[in-house]
Amino acid sequence: MSASGPNPPGTPQVKALNCPGCGAALTLRSFSQAVTVVCDHCHSILDAQDPRLTILQKFKADVDEYPPLIPLGTRGTIRGAAYEVVGFQRRTIHVDGIPYSWHEYVLFNPYKGFRYLTEYNGHWNDTSILRSLPTVNNDVSPATVTYLGGNYKLFQTAKAGTSFVLGEFPWQVRVGEDSDVSDYVSPPRVISSERTGKEITWSMGEYIAGRDIWKAFSLQGNPPEPVGVYENQPSPLSADTTALWLAFVGFLVALVVMFIAFESSARKEQVIQGFYSFNTNVRGEASFVTDVFQLKGHTSDLELTTTSDVSNNWIYLNYALINQDTGQAYDFGREVSYYYGYDSDGSWTEGGPTDSVAIPSVPPGSYYLRVEPESNFGHGTISYSISAKRDVPQASFFGLALLALLVPAGLITWRSMNFEHLRWAESDYAPADSNDDDTDNPDKPISLGNIFGKGSDS
Amino acid sequence: MTQPTANCPNCGAKIIFRWSSSVQTVCEYCKSILVRTDIDLKKVGQVADLPPNSSPIQMGTEGIYNRQAFVAVGRIVYEYDQGTWNEWHLVMNNGSAWLSDAQDEYVVTFAAPGRKLPAECRVSQRYTWDNETYTVTTITKAHYRGVEGELPFQYWDKQDVVFVDLMSTNGKFATLDYSDETPVLYLGQSVEFDDLKLKNLRSFEGWS
Repeated sequence: MSASGPNPPGTPQVKALNCPGCGAALTLRSFSQAVTVVCDHCHSILDAQDPRLTILQKFKADVDEYPPLIPLGTRGTIRGAAYEVVGFQRRTIHVDGIPYSWHEYVLFNPYKGFRYLTEYNGHWNDTSILRSLPTVNNDVSPATVTYLGGNYKLFQTAKAGTSFVLGEFPWQVRVGEDSDVSDYVSPPRVISSERTGKEITWSMGEYIAGRDIWKAFSLQGNPPEPVGVYENQPSPLSADTTALWLAFVGFLVALVVMFIAFESSARKEQVIQGFYSFNTNVRGEASFVTDVFQLKGHTSDLELTTTSDVSNNWIYLNYALINQDTGQAYDFGREVSYYYGYDSDGSWTEGGPTDSVAIPSVPPGSYYLRVEPESNFGHGTISYSISAKRDVPQASFFGLALLALLVPAGLITWRSMNFEHLRWAESDYAPADSNDDDTDNPDKPISLGNIFGKGSDS
Repeated sequence: MTQPTANCPNCGAKIIFRWSSSVQTVCEYCKSILVRTDIDLKKVGQVADLPPNSSPIQMGTEGIYNRQAFVAVGRIVYEYDQGTWNEWHLVMNNGSAWLSDAQDEYVVTFAAPGRKLPAECRVSQRYTWDNETYTVTTITKAHYRGVEGELPFQYWDKQDVVFVDLMSTNGKFATLDYSDETPVLYLGQSVEFDDLKLKNLRSFEGWS
């Protein structure tokens, strides 16, 4: 049931025209949707809605000065739909007399209309006109906008002028015309407002990697390397570290549960306990061996505790844990020392009566200890006891595990904060401690807003 | 459903109304603007050639809005400083709606009579209708350029018209039509091309 009568609407065709200024061939790629078209030969801006293509403005420019990185007429796929590059403009702001420029590419699909790609210093955004109104909150600094539940912070406001144009535009483009551009960011998105006269146009850009554009438009070579951190560039480490710390807490809970499980299931079996005394007034060999004791079960640790009644004195014990059958020995030395006294700050103590050590991974078998005490000569008799427990969970291992969790989380958080710092150092709202010195920072990123024609006008 | 038929009083061609409530139509052959009276059709005017237009929508384009099927049966073409735009008259089961297409930006609206309307508006003023707050975004001075197909009212002798567009913060859209002495309100929303699931669209050379 076609409604087409004897005069069907026909298939719109790409129009080939001639520039009234210089006669050069012109192509109208966006059918009759373009409002202005620029002759790339004589740089006349023409009224694309007028069949006679009235010249609206002529501007001076060397076309080779700013060749678009994506040539006009190139087609690519953005979000699943084909788009053709139909227009290109260079826009410039001046900060302390220094010009900073970015580029905007006008993309067209005859069904879906216009969308835009913007590029500054190798940073790209895929931009569309907003179809809903953001809510501006100027009571906070920096100001924010809320859009469909998202919150965006004002990054920069600047007066942007059009300095070079090529191809077709769905609005009245002129070289030299200014508009006030404000960018509100919430990486990877940026909401821009453009004010020309009374009218404000809102658009949203989403950060897109240059290589993805090169792929989408099948371009040769490589995209320009991005310079610095851009206003809405997503942090490679994800700016939101909340999830990271939630994961950290999760692992911490798991760790505590594991520790409790180990602690409660561990055998902690006492395998030997002995009470000894060491007479320091007697010179000569004081070493001895203990009774043989059995270490059962699987390979596990042995926790050896030395307790002594030393008082302002020390005792050092050379230990050897020897496997009776294989002769394998674990040699180690432990010291128990305890000092105390009074000085101008009051009483003090140093050391303590007990020392504990874990010998890791001791296989099961029959063992005995060889013990050789040492201390200062001539301080009477020192009493001490030795006890050993099999299979004791070591809290220090859990401490190490905790550290292994904490270090990467902390590092990522720090790096992410650093990235955010670099981002905001370039904004109008740079933190006071940043070194951003607007007068001599050549990498200062600029607002990348978009002059787009008005939205729908029903 | 039987479609009302008649003959063009100007050229005698058969006129079929796709929608029984249509008040006006345009003869496809001689471009006479025809208005339905009780018994017959009356020629009230003539459509000049419509300006070149590259809306992907055409007479007979079908689609779906809010789970309701529609078909485009008529349109009004307006001209403003950015070119032209179309108000497509959509017929749905329960009445008519408008699909506006300006540079491939799409908005569906429905006539919303009975609301309190301002006598005049300025940009950034706010109004609330049906518990939704709208802000005036653009005021467009345009002029009537032509009509095609069936319309729910007589519309053929207009000159300059003024439209006030308003947007809400959640995609809702309103238009105040100040063409006549009493303004008319239309309420609706912006729509994505894909969401309309349009069929029987125009084709464009070089685009499949």
